Amino acid sequence: MPNANLARATAGITKAKTGIVGLDQLTGGGLPAGRPTLVCGAAGCGKTLLAVTFLHNGAQLGEPGVFMTFEERPSDLVANVASLNYDLDRLMKEDKLAIDHVRVERSEIEETGEYDLEGLFIRLGYAIDRIGAKRVVLDTIEALFAGLSNQAILRAELRRLFEWLKDKGVTAIITGERGDGQLTRHGLEEYVSDCVILLDHRVHEHITTRRLRVVKYRGTAHGTNEYPFLIDETGISVMPITSAGLDHVAPDERISSGIVDLDVMLEGRGYFRGSSVLVSGMAGSGKSSVAAQFVDRACRDGQRCIYFGLEESPSQIIRNMGSIGLDLQKWVDQDLLRFQTHRPTLFGLETHLATIHRDVEEFSPAAVVIDPLSSLLHAGAKPDAQAMILRLVDFLKSREVTTIFTSLTHGSVETAMTDMQVSSLMDAWLLLYNRESNGEHNRQLYLIKSRGMAHSNQVREFMMTHDGIRLRDVYVGPEGVLTGSARLAQEAREREQAMQREHDAERRNMEFARRRRRLEAQIEELQAQLADEQGELAALSGEASARDARAADERLRMGASRTSSNRTKS
Amino acid sequence: MIAAQADDTGYNLRLYVAGQTPKSMAAIANIRKLCDQYLPGRCTIDIIDLMKDPAMAQRHQIVAIPTLIRELPEPIRRIIGDLSDTQRVLLGLDIDHAGDAS
Repeated sequence: MPNANLARATAGITKAKTGIVGLDQLTGGGLPAGRPTLVCGAAGCGKTLLAVTFLHNGAQLGEPGVFMTFEERPSDLVANVASLNYDLDRLMKEDKLAIDHVRVERSEIEETGEYDLEGLFIRLGYAIDRIGAKRVVLDTIEALFAGLSNQAILRAELRRLFEWLKDKGVTAIITGERGDGQLTRHGLEEYVSDCVILLDHRVHEHITTRRLRVVKYRGTAHGTNEYPFLIDETGISVMPITSAGLDHVAPDERISSGIVDLDVMLEGRGYFRGSSVLVSGMAGSGKSSVAAQFVDRACRDGQRCIYFGLEESPSQIIRNMGSIGLDLQKWVDQDLLRFQTHRPTLFGLETHLATIHRDVEEFSPAAVVIDPLSSLLHAGAKPDAQAMILRLVDFLKSREVTTIFTSLTHGSVETAMTDMQVSSLMDAWLLLYNRESNGEHNRQLYLIKSRGMAHSNQVREFMMTHDGIRLRDVYVGPEGVLTGSARLAQEAREREQAMQREHDAERRNMEFARRRRRLEAQIEELQAQLADEQGELAALSGEASARDARAADERLRMGASRTSSNRTKS
Repeated sequence: MIAAQADDTGYNLRLYVAGQTPKSMAAIANIRKLCDQYLPGRCTIDIIDLMKDPAMAQRHQIVAIPTLIRELPEPIRRIIGDLSDTQRVLLGLDIDHAGDAS
């Protein structure tokens, strides 16, 4: 059961907190208590600062410390960290800190015969006992190698010193200058083997990134990666940015995009909370505006936001967003919105990400904008960039921060799709583009993907108005997708045609009415004719029957006359 | 003693030791012998045991034990070790010893 062993070993070692954000985290609680730790690195990489911070924070935790400096004068040391609000003078007055400057000048020293470094032991022992120190820093003990010529004595004495420090039960930091092919120039790692921390600052394309690595930590599971660290006005902070793994929870809740019409495209409810949204597009396609609308909406809902700008200053962003009716200054004043603007070339990619990391930890925003991500990609070496952004995405997701990354693309829409290597990390991807037609460029928005929802697949025309961003259905017809004035013209044309059709219909109606009236008139006339004919017919038949009657009468009368003439003759 | 005309000032030496270690005892013996031989009557030696007075170690920038410091004449000189190599000690203390070659 290696894991159980590890856990037990970790539990067995007591730790001395460094009080340095991140370092305690990745060492599982701090440096090994009562043992020496070697901090090595090249000149100017922050060894002394780390050591001073260790003592300063120790003093706050009730562990006084002795700083034995072999290089810097105490007054310089005090002055150097005064800018970090480390009041070493006060700590010294309160006997929470003792600084001893050990000066060894080879030119002033003649060596004759056997000697040892008991003087150093006595000094250190005296200082430790005087203030009851629990922590000791030796910075940089290797200076002794320059001051004394007898290496054999020196090495034996250093070995004795580190043993002695362990016996004293003090937690010590021994700094060492980085040497060729080994961790320190004089091989101090031979003597200090419990914990070794390597500091590094690397220059890549003129940009420096500081990194920290725990090379070795006996008896403790520790983070083995290189972690970026920062030295700024708040001191030293290490960013244990790791790939968080894919075990973050996916919230079901939604957060409005700030654009009503876009929400409609996203099932009417907006983005998923904690999702990563990529807004990519060419210059001037409205990426920042989409981001600003989102921020504005989140702030209106009382949520905190951080806007990391890499191209514009805060006042410039605020002014520009005023033109689409967003008052971001209001949110800044209410401390709901923070701007962090740095030029991408100010420091390396890792440092940028470390800054983002720290700011997010400190402010705990619900929403973050990184505008633009593509600048960050240029700040670091290409292969590193994607890995670093992956870490950032994981980190923001694990904190359920909804993030909008904007990304500047070049060229046509098609190349924009292949150009971005980070798109697969994103949950939603909005593509903004300008399409040229009929002598004008019109903005269009297309939702390429939105994981986990039935989103609209339609291209919309994207319009920036004084009241914010509006999306309009584009005209899709036999003449293709029409936007802008072409769409307006087409709409006008359609209106005209409709009117024309209306006119035609009216005319046809009237024509029909007229024809109907005419037919009706004809019908009437024919009926009148018919009536006449019938009257005539009746008259004719009356005459005929009268004639018949008369004829019958005459026949009767003729018959009668014939009969009477016959009787007279007979 | 040819050099005597230049320095009527005496030598003021301090020897820092830590307890009764063999190296410390050797250094004490060596410097006493050297003073008697080369600086008779012109030399004061303070022996400081840092075990008894540890604060002195920081005050006087002592790292190695034993350390011999020439406080006077100026400038201050430091010699570390058990002072067994007399020639180097004389060189370190800048004592002209050309005269004793024979």
